[in-house]
Amino acid sequence: MASLVTKKSLFVRLVKNVNDCTKRLSSHFIYYPDDGKPVEGETTKMNMMQAINNAMDLTLKTDPTAVVFGEDVAFGGVFRCALGLQEKYGKERVFNTPLCEQGIAGFGIGLATAGATAIAEIQFADYIFPAFDQIINEAAKIRYRSGGLFDCGALTIRTPCSAVGHGGLYHSQSPEAFFAHVPGLRIVVPRGPITAKGLLLSCIRERDPCLFLEPKILYRSASEEVPVEDYTLPLGKAEVLRQGDAATLIGWGTQVHVLLEVAQMADEQLGVKCDVIDLQSILPWDEDTVCNSVKKTGRCVIAHEAPLTSGFGAELAATIQEECFLHLEAPVSRVAGWDAPFPHVFEPLYLPDKWRCLQALKDTLDY
Amino acid sequence: MSKLVPSVAKLLAGNTVTKVGAPVATTSNAKYSTKSQASFEIKPYKLHKLDKGPATTATLTSEDALKLYEQLAVIRRIETASGNLYREKIIRGFCHLYSGQEAVAVGMRAAMRDCDTVITAYRCHGWTHLMGASVAGVLCELTGRKTGVSRGKGGSMHLYARNFYGGNGIVGAQSPLGAGIAFKHKYSGDGGVNFALYGDGAANQGQLFEAYNMAKLWDLPCVFVCENNGYGMGTSMDRSSASTDYYSRGDYIPGIWVDGMDVLATREATRFCIDYCTSGKGPLVMEMETYRYSGHSMSDPGTSYRTRDEIQEVRQTRDPITSFKEKILSNELATPDQLKEIDSKVREVVDEATKLAKSDAEIGTEELSADIYADCLEPTIRGVTPDAPLTHIAVAQRN
Repeated sequence: MASLVTKKSLFVRLVKNVNDCTKRLSSHFIYYPDDGKPVEGETTKMNMMQAINNAMDLTLKTDPTAVVFGEDVAFGGVFRCALGLQEKYGKERVFNTPLCEQGIAGFGIGLATAGATAIAEIQFADYIFPAFDQIINEAAKIRYRSGGLFDCGALTIRTPCSAVGHGGLYHSQSPEAFFAHVPGLRIVVPRGPITAKGLLLSCIRERDPCLFLEPKILYRSASEEVPVEDYTLPLGKAEVLRQGDAATLIGWGTQVHVLLEVAQMADEQLGVKCDVIDLQSILPWDEDTVCNSVKKTGRCVIAHEAPLTSGFGAELAATIQEECFLHLEAPVSRVAGWDAPFPHVFEPLYLPDKWRCLQALKDTLDY
Repeated sequence: MSKLVPSVAKLLAGNTVTKVGAPVATTSNAKYSTKSQASFEIKPYKLHKLDKGPATTATLTSEDALKLYEQLAVIRRIETASGNLYREKIIRGFCHLYSGQEAVAVGMRAAMRDCDTVITAYRCHGWTHLMGASVAGVLCELTGRKTGVSRGKGGSMHLYARNFYGGNGIVGAQSPLGAGIAFKHKYSGDGGVNFALYGDGAANQGQLFEAYNMAKLWDLPCVFVCENNGYGMGTSMDRSSASTDYYSRGDYIPGIWVDGMDVLATREATRFCIDYCTSGKGPLVMEMETYRYSGHSMSDPGTSYRTRDEIQEVRQTRDPITSFKEKILSNELATPDQLKEIDSKVREVVDEATKLAKSDAEIGTEELSADIYADCLEPTIRGVTPDAPLTHIAVAQRN
């Protein structure tokens, strides 16, 4: 009898262990919910999908020129971010487009240039490249090349990005650096429901075209107490999430949560405290917050899922070494995806997980 | 009922003509036109999925004749001046001339209403002027001076005006924008129609078909205008296109083929398009068969893929200005003296503008960093040396 109980508990433990393993494979990070509130007032528990849905809902309600369109958004889109919006606001305002990213972007630019608030969804960030020309040569430059006569600031392109555990080549990429090379655009990546709602509302109202990259793994796995009312968060501003003096850890999107865990591990295992910065805005990015932190700590680790070469970390590292040269105690370290197509089965090896980031931090501290 | 209205209007218009007679003629001393109005036959349209096409006879008043002639002449003159400025190396970069295709823009503009919008490709100098920019505004933009419509920051391919959403440097990229602008017309119910122009070369760009599909799916008031000048850069249409019936290439979108060398044909066809689109029937494709005398751009002499004889033949037999001039003179809508008067007025205006395009100041280097964002995050832009900072400024007025 007693042995049976032992066996059972062993079995339970085994199952639990297997589950943990699976969890780690499909999700390479632990989610750290935001504890602060950006505005006072009533909150409700939302995951990131619901928070984005809520931001679009508020926009359609308050801005009569606003329209939402994209592939399959009529039924909510593949990730259901537009769920229920067509029933609520009609087929004229929330509608499906054909499968034509270039057309969607150009259509959105024309629509926004003519004065409507255009919220376009590209089904996956990996699919955005047919629209690359429109975004780079049309959206980003129209204000400049028309001498300020026209702009498409009312355009926001939302698109799911980054690793999801099983996305493989064409459902996992993080293309922020491609677009970060283009003056005239704004690029924003939220880290969870609260930031997603506030930053998306800012993007929609921003007078320059915005690319809003949504780490797709957070749609359902991240939930927080999100303020019910309308609020915005500043674009072009990074956020310091943890304070310390040993090193500065910089990331965006999902990677912020990896770095938060690394900071916790460093505290527990190495007895050091780190600054953890969520960059939030990739373009234009918050040079002040980053450089002030690195000047204070003298050490910096940057981590992103996109490949290392010409990843956005390169831009950060270059600026940091230029601005903080005499304060640096070690070279700026970058932990990133490898310079390889995003692998399917090797995803856990490809991603800059907490172990790689922790090792980079140790190397930086021991330099 | 609504179908009856246009024909009633036509009847009335016909009556008016016979009654009023020729008011201008009474004061004529042969210097001015002797007839107030004349009718012209138009080369038959080809139709795709349409039961009825545009009017095949066009009535032209002497007043309109002079106006159309002046517009044709001014565009030809602007392009001649542009070509010269380019050869003098005062215009740098890219420059695509519209000479030979003037009747497309002038005829369309004559039919357009104030609420209609246009977006076109890089052969946009003439359109910009027709949509309200001054000749100096166009030429100064080409030479990169501050009087230019885009303050010299756009250059040849990037000219804009009210309701004119620009020239566009990327082949075919403007077509989906046209669908978007048309959606705005429909959504806001302003009754406007968008004309999205592209060439026979761009007709093979994928995004055009994406725009066709969306426009028809949502029945947008959009007219896709294919200016078929026979050559996509240095490749003739027969060598680039599986089907050269561009008016039928919208498949499910009805289309019209129009003689793009006849300003009256392009005007009548555009009137038809506006009637069609504003009645909620959705988009149209309109092919304008035309010809460009110059090469694709200034770096293309335009003679390696076609013969000089071919160009000469078009100039002699189909030139939009010569043929129109002949028409209005032989029908006594204008006299040679009147046209000469217009010619010298046009020459004067373009010469003045050319002078300004050479002497006008360029905008200051401070505008290198102007209008990149609505509000720049920082007062200066990044990427420049600290001892020569560039402050981000807003030049245009914000609403």
